[in-house]
Amino acid sequence: MTFSLSTHSTYDMLRHLADSWGLLAMLVVFVVLVAWPFRPGHRAKNDAAATMIFKDENDG
Amino acid sequence: MTTIVERHKTLEKNVTLLGICALVVVAIGGIVEIAPLFWIDNTVEKVKGVRPYTPLEQAGRDIYVREGCYVCHSQMIRPFRDEVERYGHYSLAAESMYDHPFQWGSKRTGPDLARVGNKYSDSWHVQHLKNPQSVVPESVMPKYGFLAERDLQVADPAANLTALRRVGVPYTDRDITSALADLTAQADPEADPGDLATRYPKAQIRDFDGDPKRLTEMDALVAYLQVLGTMVDVNAAAAQEKLAKEKGR
Amino acid sequence: MVSVLARAGVWLAVLFLAVMASALAVDQGFAIHMGIVALAAITALWFTLRSADYDGIARGVLRFPDQGRYDDDPIRWGMIATVFWGMAGFLAGVFIAAQLTWPWLNLEPYLNFGRVRPLHTSAVIFAFGGNALIATSFYVVQRTCRARLAFPGLARFVFWGYQVFIVLAATGYLLGISEGKEYAEPEWYVDWWLTIVWVAYLAVFVGTIVKRSEPHIYVANWFYLAFIVTVAMLHIVNNLDLPVSLLGSKSYPLFAGVQGALVQWWYGHNAVGFFLTAGFLAMMYYFVPKQAERPVYSYRLSIIHFWSLIFLYIWAGPHHLHYTALPDWAQTLGMVFSIMLWMPSWGGMINGLMTLNGAWDKVRTDPIIRMMVMALAFYGMSTFEGPMMSIKSVNSLSHYTDWTIGHVHSGALGWNGMITFGAIYYLVPRLWGRERLYSLRMVNWHFWLATLGIVFYAASMWVAGITQGLMWREYGADGYLVNTFADSVAALHPMYALRAFGGTLYLAGAVIMTVNVWATILGKLREEKPLRDAAYDAAADRPILPA
Repeated sequence: MTFSLSTHSTYDMLRHLADSWGLLAMLVVFVVLVAWPFRPGHRAKNDAAATMIFKDENDG
Repeated sequence: MTTIVERHKTLEKNVTLLGICALVVVAIGGIVEIAPLFWIDNTVEKVKGVRPYTPLEQAGRDIYVREGCYVCHSQMIRPFRDEVERYGHYSLAAESMYDHPFQWGSKRTGPDLARVGNKYSDSWHVQHLKNPQSVVPESVMPKYGFLAERDLQVADPAANLTALRRVGVPYTDRDITSALADLTAQADPEADPGDLATRYPKAQIRDFDGDPKRLTEMDALVAYLQVLGTMVDVNAAAAQEKLAKEKGR
Repeated sequence: MVSVLARAGVWLAVLFLAVMASALAVDQGFAIHMGIVALAAITALWFTLRSADYDGIARGVLRFPDQGRYDDDPIRWGMIATVFWGMAGFLAGVFIAAQLTWPWLNLEPYLNFGRVRPLHTSAVIFAFGGNALIATSFYVVQRTCRARLAFPGLARFVFWGYQVFIVLAATGYLLGISEGKEYAEPEWYVDWWLTIVWVAYLAVFVGTIVKRSEPHIYVANWFYLAFIVTVAMLHIVNNLDLPVSLLGSKSYPLFAGVQGALVQWWYGHNAVGFFLTAGFLAMMYYFVPKQAERPVYSYRLSIIHFWSLIFLYIWAGPHHLHYTALPDWAQTLGMVFSIMLWMPSWGGMINGLMTLNGAWDKVRTDPIIRMMVMALAFYGMSTFEGPMMSIKSVNSLSHYTDWTIGHVHSGALGWNGMITFGAIYYLVPRLWGRERLYSLRMVNWHFWLATLGIVFYAASMWVAGITQGLMWREYGADGYLVNTFADSVAALHPMYALRAFGGTLYLAGAVIMTVNVWATILGKLREEKPLRDAAYDAAADRPILPA
């Protein structure tokens, strides 16, 4: 490794991160991101977006 | 919350933002994986013996690339017992450090070639390339007899070496000025190779295609095949020590 | 007048430069290629001068195309190009499959396997797939934006420029002009040309979205946009190289060894991820709902599908380099992300299949829907197989074998091929203003020939791959390897023959499609019985009168 930490302590730090709050943070981010499109009040907009391709009936 | 929703609406309606967000999202993975390889120094452990190719070997390598040999032959021995027994010591990162482009391959319709050098005689290679089925009846390899008919034409060997030096292969000025002489001398028993063998240690200097009067594409390709995997003495003590340290295997 | 002169001037300059470069070329291949460029420039010059509206210019009134209609000319050409290059690519595939079975079919030097295989892969991925993507993206972006194509001249340049790229790449392989990196074989000047064409493509696509009349950007366009942007990034980075001479075809790539391998497979895997997946998913998100006449199952799922797919895909490249000299952490990272990729892939598949919820009878009655459903099924199958093969222990057996070839083809023939055929069958009658396709029964034939072809192909390659993997690692009781390499080659012969047979079936299906598309364009309608009709006897459809 070219940065100042030794390979071993870099590994330990990352390992600690992955086993504790780093994991928690990633899980929270994941859940929020997945929940986002399902947020209430957006159903109408999603339905409108999904059906917009049928507004164009004269598609020749 | 309303402000976030507003922002998301913006994203769905703004093509520039959508494009930039998509680019950022796809760039993350590539940067995290690729960038460290250029500055973590244990990616390529320096190993004694690896040297740039001679002009003739490089010309043979260019033919190897031109003919698409990589679609059927790998040059990457994995560290498994059967592969090591079949092909030789597993490949080291350093052994392809001067390979522009790398030719590790992805498919073995034919056997691995990473250590094919010095395993067969020149005449075996020539016969095999001219008519593979005459040597290996089961083979499905195409015939490459035309290589023996064609004179080796390298427009400007010095220019090739210069381009390679610019992308990081350590050719010396002397290597470049004598590129043309090196190219012909390596396969011509009559010519004086000069200091070719000192500049390119272990370079094999002889006629390769069985026709000493001509310098053909066959000479170049066989010279390349015969150097593959021979640069590093994998059984030397120093190399073994380096191998033990090489990470990631 | 000024613009006509300016365009003619540009083509004249290109012509001049190409002729000069051809005359001064340091190698024969470059001379031939510059000759092809000169021919293309003459053609462009001729059309620029011929098709200019001199009358209008003289009278000071310029003719404008009907703004009340979509700009479909480049799409019509794109459909024809897709069918043409598809045939060329499939034919090349059957040819090289036969070469592996009967090696005497290799005709040195121009038609040796090593030169024709890149021709096959580039023809099907970039020529067939690329034309399908460009044409459908121009169609979909106009319809979903309710706007004509931005920069119509540039759109035409994109189409023709892309064909020039294909011709240069294909002739280059046969002439022995190759960079030696899989799926990125074209040499430096062809790469530069493709970059120019691709930037023009991005401009037309984004320009059309910018001038849209619909407030929302439909999700298919997201996938198309990610495909265009990411392919630009991959193409540029993987093709960083140094030409030996500006008048020769040879160049050396900037990266070597380990770095070269990782950059190449970062490119190679994401060519699959963004060219063959994201772009074709865009087709799926438009054409499946349109053909099924129902909106996509879950628009929310499509949003999650999009972001997770593009985020995860880019990490997966190193699974092509398991157990090589690539550092271990990169291999593990590639494996973990490949496995995670399974989820968004199946999310997308489910989203596509469930679009048919409540209309499953269409699978029985509509052969085009059946084709699309089969495409999604193969998408699901190969996106399960892929993560499985990226697990290091599985990969230790499957890597370097024909299993990989089988995997690629169940994706390419099943997913990319079938969804493209579906889109072609959807588009051709609409683009040429025909009442319907020439023949739906021929679509049905195409469907079954293609499906059967894939079954033969994939099954034979699974057997071949596992046979190879096991034979190479087989040890006898004496502790020595049992098989020579040649033994494994001999063992594969029957499997290679079956593969060639499967490919022939697939090609036969494509021939039927070509006939069908051609007849539809000519405006013919085949007299044929409807595909499925319950028996009806009007005479018997009466109450029995009491005697």
